[in-house]
Amino acid sequence: MKYADEFRDKTMAQGLARAIGIEADPQRAYRFMEFCGGHTHVIFRYGLEDLLPANVRLIHGPGCPVCVLPASRIDMAIRLAARPQVILCVYGDLMRVPGSQGQSLLRARALGADIRMVYSTLDAIRIAEQALDQEVVFFAIGFETTTPATAVMIRLAKKKRLKNLSVFCNHVLTPPAMQSILESPDIRALGRAEIDGFIGPAHVSAIIGTEPYGRLAEEFGEPIVIAGFEPLDVMQAILMLVRQVNDGRSEVENQYSRAVRPEGNRRAIEEVSNVFELRDQFEWRGLGLIQDSALKLKRPYAKFDAEARFVMHELPVVDNPACECGAILRGVKSPVDCKLFGTVCTPETPIGSCMVSSEGACAAHWTYGRGRDYQLRRA
Amino acid sequence: MRVKSYQRKLDIKNGCIDLSHGSGGRATTQLVLGLFHEAFGNEWLARCNDQSAFGVRSGRMVMTTDSYVVSPLFFPGGNIGSLAVHGTVNDVAMAGARPLYLAASFILEEGFRLSDLKAVADSMGAAARAAGVHIITGDTKVVERGKADGLFISTTGVGVLANGLELSAENARIGDRVLVSGCLGDHGVAIMSRRHNLAFQVDIVSDSAALHDLVAVMVAAGGAGIRVMRDPTRGGLAATLNEIAHQSSLGFRLQEEAIPVKPAVTAACELLGLDPLHVANEGKLVAIVAADMADAVLAAMKAHPLGCDAADIGEAVADHHHLVQMSTSFGGRRIVDWLSGEQLPRIC
Repeated sequence: MKYADEFRDKTMAQGLARAIGIEADPQRAYRFMEFCGGHTHVIFRYGLEDLLPANVRLIHGPGCPVCVLPASRIDMAIRLAARPQVILCVYGDLMRVPGSQGQSLLRARALGADIRMVYSTLDAIRIAEQALDQEVVFFAIGFETTTPATAVMIRLAKKKRLKNLSVFCNHVLTPPAMQSILESPDIRALGRAEIDGFIGPAHVSAIIGTEPYGRLAEEFGEPIVIAGFEPLDVMQAILMLVRQVNDGRSEVENQYSRAVRPEGNRRAIEEVSNVFELRDQFEWRGLGLIQDSALKLKRPYAKFDAEARFVMHELPVVDNPACECGAILRGVKSPVDCKLFGTVCTPETPIGSCMVSSEGACAAHWTYGRGRDYQLRRA
Repeated sequence: MRVKSYQRKLDIKNGCIDLSHGSGGRATTQLVLGLFHEAFGNEWLARCNDQSAFGVRSGRMVMTTDSYVVSPLFFPGGNIGSLAVHGTVNDVAMAGARPLYLAASFILEEGFRLSDLKAVADSMGAAARAAGVHIITGDTKVVERGKADGLFISTTGVGVLANGLELSAENARIGDRVLVSGCLGDHGVAIMSRRHNLAFQVDIVSDSAALHDLVAVMVAAGGAGIRVMRDPTRGGLAATLNEIAHQSSLGFRLQEEAIPVKPAVTAACELLGLDPLHVANEGKLVAIVAADMADAVLAAMKAHPLGCDAADIGEAVADHHHLVQMSTSFGGRRIVDWLSGEQLPRIC
């Protein structure tokens, strides 16, 4: 497949693996966090960890939108969808995310709620136009990548004077989450981050550019390499990170220059800033409340806010105490450190959200990587 | 029996199914004779009994049943009718048997267009004739509007095993080779390309086909060296190999580069965030074959039109966790797991 196979070339991968092997100092450890679930998926799907020397370790970060969504937000959506007249439009990934007490949108749909999987925000507009006597709510979720599409939908809805369409907004921001990880007491043990560098987001950076990461690299002394979602991209980014660590540099470098410009996608940024503004704080599963880490609708668009329109309340939910999703999302623990992993928590019966999406660290590890654990245990 | 002349003719062009077609009265008979018998026409149906009798030959009989609820009903490369024949014929054939007879049951939704029903029935008739099997008995029920998605079909197949073969999923042995008969994922991608909320342009047509002829040449070439045959339908190759791994208490090691997938299928799967190894096939088979017979069986497959893209994609290995593992084309290794739940598109 053109424009994809070129980035999956085995010979080039082996060349990069050799270079990483030669340049990585055997006397030290390299712990790199890939922030994005997209990278986590690629790492497991192509078995990239098999190509790396033992002292280069990848830590799987929280950049999977459904993984960081608290169960309370799913509960809110389920309660909303249970109202007669409401059609809830969601992206497919959300259907199986566990809410509290074993609830999910998939189960709510089976019980009669009108929940529809959509592939684009424009599908929600189409549904709203066809069901004028019903209330259509779009469950907006995602990092900076999906936010512009929601912004466009709201702008179009306003232009079309669609009164029956609203948004349950759960859009979150990447840089504040990265900062929260670096400031987490678990991670900054002894005053020093246990992360030696970040593989920076691909699609998110195509929207926001490389500039927003500058402060993080500078303030926390962390090398950041923005990388594409193909396996060669990730390998090359790891080599670039190894070199930064060896040189004692902490810069923002752009491996994904074919898609990411320093200033990002101006048009998309403009669409978003026209419609959205910062929320004071937002709860992230595993990371807790993070200031200025999510978006809400600006005043002129407030009537499209489903939380206000339907007076939705967030009721606190206590996660399963044995679930280690929080520590896993912060990179402090690995999926195999969790007692629930692979026992009661599997992709068929997820307890924590990391097991739901194929981009979640636990699901990716279980689906693609558990053979390695069995092998290690034997050894 | 002839439809009496005073009865209004079945208006196939403009008519639709109504509850009277399921009442057991004249309308039912008219539908059965005017539409299904026309399409399937054979000596057994012509006797108009509630069942059909047929002679039993020497050897063991094989029987299977399957229901078809595909949406959309018409897709590139076939429709629910041809699928209902091919799917059941293939399930019989995977035992190494020759399929002989089919029974077909139709659940029709009130309002379903007769012209569509005729197209489906004609396509079933054509698929059965091409496969050399006869649809010798059947049933029709009509449910109220909203109680079914247009049309559901259930087919039962009977075949005969004359060659003494005993293919079964617990027969795989360590060292056996894994052969597939062609490119994977065509059917699933063709179907998805026509779902109303996902329409995209792709030149892929369903691979829906009857495989018993291919099976016959494989059996002739490999005999008892063929241990297991399965058609990787729902859940794709991944599900089929995981089932066999569990039933035979071993694992598989595949080579990603050897697995044939069309570029357009790979591209569609990339777009939707799906794995081609999880996508359904309706005209492909997986065979687990003793290593010393694998080349001969593969050569026989490649010489058959339905097996021209056949490939040896890996081997059975000892593994008490019964994992299907794959060396990726990138040089790494990963598990090829069962699909969890429904295949859901990813957010970003």
